[in-house]
Amino acid sequence: MNSITKFGIGQTMTRQEDIRLLQGQGRYSADLHWPHQAVAFVLRSPQSHAEITRLDTAAASKMPGVLLILTHREIDAEGLNGLPCWTKLPNRDGTLGYIPERPLLAKNRVRFVGEPVAFIVAESLNQARSAAEAIDVVYKSLPSATVTADALNQTTPQIWPDAPQNQAFDWQQGAEEATNRAFAAAKNHLTVTLVNNRVASSPMEPRAAIGKYEDGKFTLHSPTQGVHVIRDCLSRDIFKLPADDFIILSDDVGGGFGPKLFPGPEQALVLSAARRLGRPVKWVGERSDNFMGEVHGRDNVTTASIAFDDQARILALRVETIANMGAYLSPFGPMIATKAGTGMLTGLYDIPTAVVRVHGVFTNTVPVEAYRGAGRPEATFVIERLVDHLAYRTGLDRTEVRRRNLIRPEQLPYKTALGQHYDSGEFAAIMDAALARSDQAGFAARRVESLKRGRLRGLGLATYVEACAGNGAETAVIEMAADGSVTLLIGTQNNGQGHETAYAQILAETLGIDPQRVTLIQGDTRRVKTGNGTGGSRSVPIGGAALQIANQDFLAKSRVKAAEILGCAADDLRFEDSMLVKPDSNQKLSLVEVAAAANGLSGTGTFTPSQATYPNGCHVVELEIEVATGATTIDRYTVVDDFGRTINPALLAGQVYGGIAQGVGQALLEECRYDAKSGQLLTASFMDYAMPRGTLLPMIDFSLRNIPCQTNPLGIKGAGEAGAIGAPPTIISAIVDALQSLDGGAEIVHIDMPATSQKIWQMIQEIHAKRRAA
Amino acid sequence: MTVIRLTINQKPIDLDPPGNRLLIETLRDELHLTGTHSGCDTSQCGACLVLIDGQSVKSCSVFTGELDGAAITTIEGLAAIDNFGEGDSPLGRIQTAFQQYHGLQCGFCTSGMVISASELLATTPHPTEAEIRHWLEGNICRCTGYQNIIAAIMAAATGSGTGEGGESHV
Repeated sequence: MNSITKFGIGQTMTRQEDIRLLQGQGRYSADLHWPHQAVAFVLRSPQSHAEITRLDTAAASKMPGVLLILTHREIDAEGLNGLPCWTKLPNRDGTLGYIPERPLLAKNRVRFVGEPVAFIVAESLNQARSAAEAIDVVYKSLPSATVTADALNQTTPQIWPDAPQNQAFDWQQGAEEATNRAFAAAKNHLTVTLVNNRVASSPMEPRAAIGKYEDGKFTLHSPTQGVHVIRDCLSRDIFKLPADDFIILSDDVGGGFGPKLFPGPEQALVLSAARRLGRPVKWVGERSDNFMGEVHGRDNVTTASIAFDDQARILALRVETIANMGAYLSPFGPMIATKAGTGMLTGLYDIPTAVVRVHGVFTNTVPVEAYRGAGRPEATFVIERLVDHLAYRTGLDRTEVRRRNLIRPEQLPYKTALGQHYDSGEFAAIMDAALARSDQAGFAARRVESLKRGRLRGLGLATYVEACAGNGAETAVIEMAADGSVTLLIGTQNNGQGHETAYAQILAETLGIDPQRVTLIQGDTRRVKTGNGTGGSRSVPIGGAALQIANQDFLAKSRVKAAEILGCAADDLRFEDSMLVKPDSNQKLSLVEVAAAANGLSGTGTFTPSQATYPNGCHVVELEIEVATGATTIDRYTVVDDFGRTINPALLAGQVYGGIAQGVGQALLEECRYDAKSGQLLTASFMDYAMPRGTLLPMIDFSLRNIPCQTNPLGIKGAGEAGAIGAPPTIISAIVDALQSLDGGAEIVHIDMPATSQKIWQMIQEIHAKRRAA
Repeated sequence: MTVIRLTINQKPIDLDPPGNRLLIETLRDELHLTGTHSGCDTSQCGACLVLIDGQSVKSCSVFTGELDGAAITTIEGLAAIDNFGEGDSPLGRIQTAFQQYHGLQCGFCTSGMVISASELLATTPHPTEAEIRHWLEGNICRCTGYQNIIAAIMAAATGSGTGEGGESHV
């Protein structure tokens, strides 16, 4: 125990960065004003699918203030590549999936509403906007395809000539033959068809980019989830120049949630324009850019079946998904519905065999990319809905069917049928803990009371497990200067999670360093050499573990130096209360004294996870549906999570609350809607796209039941995505439960997301009509 | 163009804005008060809220030229009038509660949330949870799920903004 322990692991500590953020002193990219900067505007396609028969910028180029207009012709002449797809998937027949070229600016054809067509640079934004309107573009409309479920149909318009039936890939995982045998042998089967709705990540800060070109080097300041990922994409994939030619900087980032880990066309275009003009060029996305020109998330249609025995024990799982990729494949896009998610389809259940087939399909829609959970929310939704259906079919309670199928503690470590290695957890116990906390016992009385007020009360629950801490290694470097100040350099990127504070707590715990003396350096490719960024709940599990290894390295070096000064063997020194103590003497040195004597000391640590970590838990919700209107009110929300180990309880709770709001948003409100005929995006502003607001949720009751991770040096499992994963099936479970309680509603087993009040009201009318007819 | 006189964060300033200049453009682009943020372009998200004569107004939906004689407070000037800060803290009462209760994550919506809360507490010193939630309908946050924002505002109202924060049991 040392004097700094009150700042150590497990303590709530307020964030240093809050002081500047709360005073309006944040440093977001859009806040920058570089001398002589010009301003850019993106002209986007108003058509979902069309040939560009004319693209004439001559008149627009002569408009006041216009400095430059880029189209695909200029980009081609410069020799830049388009945006890459990094995920090359094999088809189930052994051939490779199809990856189309994705130009930075549309080339002869547009394939979704919002696709960038021209990049206009002017002295002012209004001048750039006016010039955009003066660009002469003639579109010859083509029939479009936007509906996920229809994309593979023979009659659906084709988007890429080399992708018959709009199929990008046809991928498979699991034991097909064994699963078929199990289904053939089983007495009972059930099948569900589920839609996982397309949503927009919607960070409050839209993407922005400000770039310059000086002395043969590009500098880009942009909100990212990891500057090295963006640098490597720009240098290697797009500009084909050495990485050292690019300086990428991120400062405060106004929310990420997945998309900002990956490059957008504008980040390359500001650099191209800056090199041509010899001036900085700034582009700031608006909300409509974020809906039309950013990337979307989710968007699957899944048919899933289970075979089960007479005791409601699941014997086999078969899943077939159509995953909408959008018009092009984004860098990580094909990974989400396949390798990133399907491994989690068996959930926390002991399912002997499983097979999954995923058809990636092209449509005339914005490309799909990682969004909080990226594949794992989709998988959890499938298995949790299946388990509820098993309860509906067998007449057993939803908790009872789970109890019969959950992996038991004595089965751990457990290898799932889809190749995951669960190391730790108590899955039935965490469900029981959540049910107890939620006062499940009092539900029946509350339901009666609700009905007196014309409201149907429903109880919903779901367990979840996710795989975290992927995407390779992370390296941490700590440097203590002679004055005792500490710099931590790491390649993760804070987007609001509070990394600076969490990492400082790990430093305080292990080395006893005062958090006030720690400066985090991130988001700067000049100073931080490598990094894989923030995403997939990896920063604290992997970055934190790397930091812990760096701490040990630092301590080892400190011992050597201290031993030199004190005249003893390094191994004989004890480390107590931030001091290195010589045995059998009163001679001791603080780390600061050692660093001063050494004129600065450093430590380096790299952690490469051997496997994923598996946070898990259980959500329980009670909601009310007003019979007259279909309006839903969430009354109680309980969640118990196993995150392995907690660094900072307040930051952790913040991740859970925010994730739950996003998951509830997906379940009740959010949907990127396209008009099926015209392919127009109908939800391109916050007036059309329903975001969770302050009245959506009650105070969430969050508690922990941590069981340390066996494969992570700090015992941490990761927490960033958990809320968004557990919430959607929980909410749907509750709405179905509420509707089943309506006279005549017993047959209701499903409602698609988003379960809007209109959709619920419609179902209530159908139930009433059916009852009247009977 | 017409010269107008405003008071921004208690300092008088003369401006000569073009007719189509929005207040948010004046604040961010001319005066470099970049704590006021633009999050939606459709007056939905509230990241651009400022106080005009004590009332919270979305600065993306008002022309600067219409504001002759107005007193404007942005997030940069709020602590000076929300003067319940502790000791030498640069933060005002509501800002302090937001830090204590982890009422912000990425910080982008935060200026608007704090400005909005300051008007609420000026008119309703002891709001209920339901009143706060309803009041914040015009402010969107994507990170926090609102829970700690509500907790922070309740704490600011009761003067308990120096606690350890949160409603969780962790």
